[in-house]
Amino acid sequence: MADFTQTLMTAAAIGSLYALIALGYTMVYGILKFINFAHSDIVVLGAWSSYTVADQVLPRLGYDSRTIPPLWIGAVILPLIMLFCGFVGYVIERLAYRPLRRAPRLNVLITAIGVSLFLQNLGQLDFMFGASPEKMPALLPSWELASFSFGTGEATRKVVISLVDTMIFATSGTLMLVLEYLVFRTKLGTAMRAVSYNTDTAALMGIPVDRVISFTFVLGSSLAAAAGFLYVMKYPGINQPAHTVWVLLGLKAFVAAVIGGIGNVRGAVLGGFVIAFVEQFGAFYISSNYRDVYVFALLIGILLVKPTGLLGSPLREKV
Amino acid sequence: MHHPPPAFFSRSAHMVWLGVFLAICSSGCNGTKADPTEIVIGHYGSMTGSEATFGESTDNGIKLAVEEINAIGGINGKKIRLITYDDKGDAREAGTAVTRLVTKDRVVAVIGEVASGLSLAGAPVCQENGVPMISPSSTNPKVTKVGDLIFRVCFIDPFQGSVCAKFARESEKLKASKAAILTDQASPYSVGLQEEFEKAFAALGGTVVSKQTYQAGDQDFSAQLTAIRGAEPDVIFVPGYYTDVGNIALQAKKLGINTALLGGDGWDSSKLGEIGGKALDGCFYSNHYSHQDPSDRVQDFIKKYNAKHKQTPDGLAALGYDAARILFQSMQSAKSLGGADLAAELAKTKNFDGVTGRISIDADRNAVKPAVILEMKDGEPHFVTTIQPGE
Amino acid sequence: MSVSHPMPAASPIAATPFRPTGPLMGVLPLAIGIVVAVLLHVILPGFVGPYYSRIVIDIGIAIILAVSLNIVNGMTGQFSIGHAGFMTVGGYTAGLITYYGSYFIWGTLGKHGVFLGTGEWLFAASCIVGGLVAAGAGYIVGLPSLRLRGDYLAIVTLGFGEILRVVLQQTGKVLDDGAAIRAAGWSQWLPPPVGGAIGFDGIPKYTNLFWVYTFVTITVVVAYRLKHSSLGRAMISVREDEIAAQAMGVNIARQKVLAFVMAAFFAGVAGGLFAHERGVIISPKDAGFQRSFDYVIMTVLGGRGSISGVTLAAIILTALPELLRDFEQYRLIVFALLLIVMMIVRPQGLFGIHEIWHFWRRRSR
Repeated sequence: MADFTQTLMTAAAIGSLYALIALGYTMVYGILKFINFAHSDIVVLGAWSSYTVADQVLPRLGYDSRTIPPLWIGAVILPLIMLFCGFVGYVIERLAYRPLRRAPRLNVLITAIGVSLFLQNLGQLDFMFGASPEKMPALLPSWELASFSFGTGEATRKVVISLVDTMIFATSGTLMLVLEYLVFRTKLGTAMRAVSYNTDTAALMGIPVDRVISFTFVLGSSLAAAAGFLYVMKYPGINQPAHTVWVLLGLKAFVAAVIGGIGNVRGAVLGGFVIAFVEQFGAFYISSNYRDVYVFALLIGILLVKPTGLLGSPLREKV
Repeated sequence: MHHPPPAFFSRSAHMVWLGVFLAICSSGCNGTKADPTEIVIGHYGSMTGSEATFGESTDNGIKLAVEEINAIGGINGKKIRLITYDDKGDAREAGTAVTRLVTKDRVVAVIGEVASGLSLAGAPVCQENGVPMISPSSTNPKVTKVGDLIFRVCFIDPFQGSVCAKFARESEKLKASKAAILTDQASPYSVGLQEEFEKAFAALGGTVVSKQTYQAGDQDFSAQLTAIRGAEPDVIFVPGYYTDVGNIALQAKKLGINTALLGGDGWDSSKLGEIGGKALDGCFYSNHYSHQDPSDRVQDFIKKYNAKHKQTPDGLAALGYDAARILFQSMQSAKSLGGADLAAELAKTKNFDGVTGRISIDADRNAVKPAVILEMKDGEPHFVTTIQPGE
Repeated sequence: MSVSHPMPAASPIAATPFRPTGPLMGVLPLAIGIVVAVLLHVILPGFVGPYYSRIVIDIGIAIILAVSLNIVNGMTGQFSIGHAGFMTVGGYTAGLITYYGSYFIWGTLGKHGVFLGTGEWLFAASCIVGGLVAAGAGYIVGLPSLRLRGDYLAIVTLGFGEILRVVLQQTGKVLDDGAAIRAAGWSQWLPPPVGGAIGFDGIPKYTNLFWVYTFVTITVVVAYRLKHSSLGRAMISVREDEIAAQAMGVNIARQKVLAFVMAAFFAGVAGGLFAHERGVIISPKDAGFQRSFDYVIMTVLGGRGSISGVTLAAIILTALPELLRDFEQYRLIVFALLLIVMMIVRPQGLFGIHEIWHFWRRRSR
């Protein structure tokens, strides 16, 4: 029972990270219809710039590696990183994707792979982030908010709810609510949905399509940055920027978006949690050998049964 | 825009295919001319990609050794020049890089790789072209079996596996009878060490109660650690690289696991303590040497490395350094720099005072040297004991 | 998807001095290709040395993979990013045959025979069997393409590669001496002992310029003949407009699966060549998405459906990182930038849907 609850909580925390990343994929896909392979590199950028800022700023404020800074520092760093990555997302869209607006989608995809390769190998250089893993300074105390035990005596197992996990859950939850509001309750969101529904018609209706697309990238990139920030809070040993594991993280998040129904904002969130649960419970109850397999097998299974994903609307065939 | 259906036989098509053929044929020239005042050695490693940190460390260690030897006038008056090629952590690229080193750049010896899988790709090329190869840190027994020109300066999986098993089973600090294993299933090093540990641990009367795996670079180990927690082991063997072990230790502590972790030389890096910090207290790993070893060769190396590369050397840097120094020593005494002569001299290496221990090369061209067990305290490894080979 | 280019429509055939017809159309290029392969094999290594010969071999393998992927991605307009998965299936299968087969046939594990000797024929046969097994895998992976389209399919093919990678990691150690092979019971053969994470070490290294360029010729000729056959036209029609194609009586499902099967077959053959190449150890990593990306990039850079364009892209993209070798850590950055710039300046790829000689002829006229 303890193990079950523990796995459940881990899955919830990881699920919210997947969901945050998946949102970026699903928004870009919804509008431009291509897999933004460089999205995972924005997560990396978010993670590594969080580290750089924390590593440079904290000692100057008088916090050494052993003292935990007050909460507001994290609360300041997060929006800064989001702004920065949002800007980078804008630049990438402007320079690499906009010139390809009328090109076949496969080209945009290759460009995205190119951008991803570029960011990875640039990040790996010594004067950027370097090629070795680093330790993210703790911005949050390692408190246990609650812990409860199952069993008695020797077999007692604790289930711990840590502050970090709670913060991840709360922060990503807040961001998702903000996004939900933005997409479904504001003019800009309406414009985004219109562009995603039909770009040409949207343009005819006077919607500045290019600006809306830029905004989508900014939004997606800043969510990815937030995910990167939360990621290094949870896992302080940060993998180097060109590690394949980042690409795999991105792929899993994309799988989440597909499972939820690509282009569907709520679906991406649902998908993020679904794959986190499958991955964690599969690894715990079946075998950790096949952790990545569960995710992709689930994907293939769901696509065969419901090709448009869990919450996706049926494809409209236009003749 | 309308074109006639093209054919293989149109004259223009012929010209194109001929052009392609000529382009392929003429795309090169034979090996570069040797400069008589220098000796060229090669290194192939992962300078980009997931394992870049391993390649860089090794390269830094080799560079330091090259700089030192050139500062004292090189070998028999000839300076050493090092050529390093990136293999992206990919076997095909490793094969290409080594082919280029031995056939185009005409190096007299090759140092590389860290990963056993890549050493196995490069070694046959060296063997066939008669160029000796020294692997600084490939621990898989197969590597030196490729041929009589392939050497290594690290110990092999069976030795390290039994060292770890013995320490887990017999040391006063652990006295473990139940072990759990958490292996990096994508890394041959980790899998090899795990197999040998399992064998040795069972031979000593212990049982393995849980076997879990991860993939290098994974960041979340909760599911595996929760399963291990349920099996209640006395020790958790984690034969991985420091890049992952820090996170594993942190998450184990978070789950309330106070069982000691035990690992191999893949742990050795200052980054380990930096990332794992206090969570690693009371964990052990086997290594080639201890940073606290007061002897001059170790302290000198650490000082010089720090001055040159602005970081503390990790185990891979030290092994790269030793590989290069053993090579230079053999070059000095070898009859010629031909592959056979150099290999014969390398094979004679006895009690070489390396940073990573006193190294002798045995009949199978593997390094024989003692292992040390280190204990983590406050993010720093502390010397516990030395285990001699054959003990 | 918008129709960006008109299909090469039939127009009066230009009079060329030499133009065989009928069965010769297929056989002659094949014969010429094999002669070229022999010439390459005999002349090239002595001429440029082992390093450049090796790059030429790598180029050949890349051509097979890129040209075959082009059948799916370029001609049929599907989107597969699991091509390295098929390659790995073929490579492991071929390796199993030559490695363990050599033992059962000749009682030794090493290379057997000389140039064009019995060992090499076993190797060639193993490549073909590898291709067939990969084609079987292609059939299975191609089935979802009946229900899925575009990027969904891409993700499924990618998932196939990743699943394969993890599954191959679970395989047992290579049995490296006769006694072990003889003693091996059923349990050791299932899953086959192909080395797990470290890769399939010990495969006899048969691959040489002759075999690589023989298979390159076969691949290119088949792809070329396919492109201009009714079957190929049907595939292209699926790419241009599925609904219109269906209305014209093209069996879309059949074309898609067929494209997958054919592409997978050649990828499997290339895998066999790759596994037997000197200085290569085929390992689970090869099935991962990164290698697949390489070939997708080649097909897009070459141009959708342009066989000569894709061939040229395979040559350039294999040789370029080698030329940039001296830049060490910067070479992949340069490579990535070139890719982005290329896509922006020439979005249709080097040659679009045309072959190289189209441009030649237009100018010479």
